[in-house]
Amino acid sequence: MITVVDYDAGNLTSVETALRHLKAEFRVSADPDEVVKSDKVIFPGVGEARHAMGILGNRGLDDALRSFAATGRPLFGICLGCQILQDHSEERDTELLGLIPGDVKLFPAIPGYKVPQIGWNTVRHDESVLFEGIPQDSSFYFVHSYHLSATLADGSESPWVCGRSEYGITFAAAVHRDNIWATQFHPEKSGPKGLKMLSNFIEKVK
Amino acid sequence: MFQKRIVVCLDVRDGKTTKGVKFKGNVDIGDPVEMAEDYYRQGVDELVFYDITASAEKRGIMIDVVRKVAERIFIPFCVGGGIRTLDDITAVILAGAEKVSVNSAAVRNPSILTEGAERYGTQCIVLGMDAEADPSMPSGYGIVIDGGRVKTGKDMIAWAREAESLGAGEIVLNSIDADGTRDGYELSATRLVSEAVGIPVVASGGAGVPRHLAEVLTEGRADAALVASMVHYGDYSIGAIKKELDAAGVPVRLD
Repeated sequence: MITVVDYDAGNLTSVETALRHLKAEFRVSADPDEVVKSDKVIFPGVGEARHAMGILGNRGLDDALRSFAATGRPLFGICLGCQILQDHSEERDTELLGLIPGDVKLFPAIPGYKVPQIGWNTVRHDESVLFEGIPQDSSFYFVHSYHLSATLADGSESPWVCGRSEYGITFAAAVHRDNIWATQFHPEKSGPKGLKMLSNFIEKVK
Repeated sequence: MFQKRIVVCLDVRDGKTTKGVKFKGNVDIGDPVEMAEDYYRQGVDELVFYDITASAEKRGIMIDVVRKVAERIFIPFCVGGGIRTLDDITAVILAGAEKVSVNSAAVRNPSILTEGAERYGTQCIVLGMDAEADPSMPSGYGIVIDGGRVKTGKDMIAWAREAESLGAGEIVLNSIDADGTRDGYELSATRLVSEAVGIPVVASGGAGVPRHLAEVLTEGRADAALVASMVHYGDYSIGAIKKELDAAGVPVRLD
């Protein structure tokens, strides 16, 4: 059974609707035990990092997500859910789950690039099961002010980045470490290509 | 590459898509859910539904429309019209919309922008502004409400900046003078607002041919362009518009 983690995230309804459309078997749950016992977990999110970490902590879902990740079964984070898998966010100086090494930073002020980034942006991706059947430079829908850095603290390329986009700077649009996958964009709102990606996670990611 | 968005607007009255000119006389032109699906297949980037239902008791119909749209299209969409309270915002968000557009109610009660942004995030809260040329205003444009019938005395730029600081995450700027004319967007007003705020600006009112979109997305500095008549009557498909924009060097999503 796939569990969609319920922590009052803004895009929960959209993710549910997309999964129903794909005829996926899933449940929406805020129960830590159900999360840990799932075959796969989808961790959605829209909102503010510190507030979200607070809710996850209150519901025991932070430990549940760590325990689930340790089982080696597939986990997929979306948008804020993607950011929360990292180490730290500049958004109100928030410690995150630390499941994929890296930091979340505010987009720099660059003329011509409004913050938040709202809209469609192309993604250049490495070959992976998540992007199977999705052409290079396909467009996905983004809504965010903070982004995953494409480099590590020492300035070297992050080995966990599996999709990159440009918004004044290069940032990580998708990351992957072992059984953990995550996208900054919203596959549930990215038309047929986004649905293909969700379907890849449901059907193909092992 | 970051792309400019093409947004289709559907005015919905009593559950049917309708279209009027300068807020006078409306004709029903189709089922909003079917039309939304058709535009989705054509590759539209986003949709906006404005509820222009006159009677309060029929407002529930709109929520049903929103729910059905959310089940069938997998791109972002916004709902506006008659949004007055945080409960109104909650109702459309729970029905599956990404964004809510507030217009007249934000002028009467600006704190609704803040309340909405605090509850759902600024990315959810869109300020709809109806502007008309008014030489007595510092920017040369004033804000009108209630479908253009009431002058507010607010300057367009001052209001745009105030709304941004209150929590609006995006602005849809509709030119009352250009609306329904199909003679082109109000380029100077759009550019003024886009340069005055740090949030994305969607240009609305006046689109007739694809060149108009290219103009407002370059000279007008808009982040997105809203269309209605030019696609509702079958004059242009979304694909045809995007092809012309691409040829004009405007980055758009073609896949």
